[in-house]
Parts: sequence; structure tokens; C-alpha cells
Amino acid sequence: MRYLTDRKRATGLGSARSGTGHFWEQRVSSIALLILMPLFLFPLAYNMGDGYEAVHAAYSHPINATVTVAFMLTAFLHFFQGIQVVIEDYVHGRWELVLIIGTRLLSASFALIGTIAILKIFFGA
Amino acid sequence: MADVDRGNRPLSPHLQVYKWPLNMAMSILHRITGVALGIVTALIAIWFFALAWSPDAFAAVNGLMTSWLGWLVLLGGAVSAWFHFVNGIRHLVWDTGSHFGQKRVNRTAVIGLAVTALLTIATIWVALAV
Repeated sequence: MRYLTDRKRATGLGSARSGTGHFWEQRVSSIALLILMPLFLFPLAYNMGDGYEAVHAAYSHPINATVTVAFMLTAFLHFFQGIQVVIEDYVHGRWELVLIIGTRLLSASFALIGTIAILKIFFGA
Repeated sequence: MADVDRGNRPLSPHLQVYKWPLNMAMSILHRITGVALGIVTALIAIWFFALAWSPDAFAAVNGLMTSWLGWLVLLGGAVSAWFHFVNGIRHLVWDTGSHFGQKRVNRTAVIGLAVTALLTIATIWVALAV
């Protein structure tokens, strides 16, 4: 330790050992969602209530498929980033760990469920 | 700090003694809508999965989504989405260090609610009329 300067020991760390990384990544995903949210939500509203054939045709279009996959991945990344902060604020101890890992796995699962679904519709398998 | 003896002095007032300013409600609503959006987006992911699975699976899930309860959940999702979207812009502006004054915070809160209402109405219009 004596060979490290104070600056060198502090750089990039902080109590979470990750510095401002989490904060920064959350801002980036939020800016991505500023673009993706209108592109995803209005076509979804347009198609909601239609029958199987119409909805299937709509989401096999390259633009809808691309936007939807991008939205699913980014939204669930941003959801996990946000819910982690909420859990860290209100829950402490063992349950904090359980909930953070649990919501992380759930977020990844639903991101995959949405993505795989759109890919199958898009490629027509 | 925790080991400092502060004596038997009064504690600082907590949330419940304040009349809620609009921005305080906006703040907690940002978290509530964020959690709600995760749940509604998961439902929509399931809806897409059913669409990929088969016409029968889609008919079952789509029937739930377009029941009156389903539409109510989707409407709540749309309101949550636009509120979180608009209030998120306020947060991004605050992150640059701007618009922190009391008047500006109150004004952007009111503008934010108005824009949320407009975007929600636009979404309902696209869903029903177009």
C-alpha cells in the first residue's frame, strides 16, 4: 500500500468498487430509450387489438423487428439498472442480495423471451 | 458518525410532516412507474412469445391483453411509459446541473405532466382511431 499514491487508490473505485460506472451506463441506456420508446410504443398501440395475421405480418417487417429487439434489450437493461438502485435504497442484508440477483435474472429472461420471439417471427421459422 | 453522542435532542422532521410539493410526488412516481413498466414490458414480451409460438397461443394471450382488464393494464403502461419518459428528460437535464431552481423545478413538473397527458392521448388515439 505504501507505494500507492492516494489518488491511485481512489481512482475508479468508491464504496461499490465500480466508481461512477453504474450511474453513467444508466444515463446512456436512458438516452437510447428516448429514441426507442416512441418508435416502439406507437406501432405497438397501432397493432394492439388486431388479429394474429395482421400482428404477425407487422412484426416480421425489418423496421418493427429491429426496433422491438433493440427496445427489449435496452428496456430490460435499463429496468435492471433502475430496480437495483431502488432495492439498494429500501432493502438491506440478505434480501438485498437475493432481490438484486433475482431481478437481474428475470430481466435477462424477459429480454431473451421478447428477442427470441421477434427473431423467430422475423426469420419465419 | 453513528457513534457521536447527540444527546436527547429532537430529531429532524421526516417526510410525513411536510405538505407534499408536486415535485416530491413526481419523484416517487418516477420509481413507481419504473417498476410498473418492467412488469408491463414483461407481459408484452410474453405476448410476442405467444405470437411466435402459434395462432392458438396468440389468441389466448391476446384475449387476456384485450380484455377490459388487459386494456386497463395497457393504459396504465402507456401512462407510466410517457410519465417516466418525460420525467426522465427532467432528470437528464438535472444531471447536467441545470434547472434546479425552485421556480424552474415547479414549472418543468407542470409542463411534464401536460406533455405526459398529450403523449398518452396520442397513444390512445393511435390504438383506437388509426
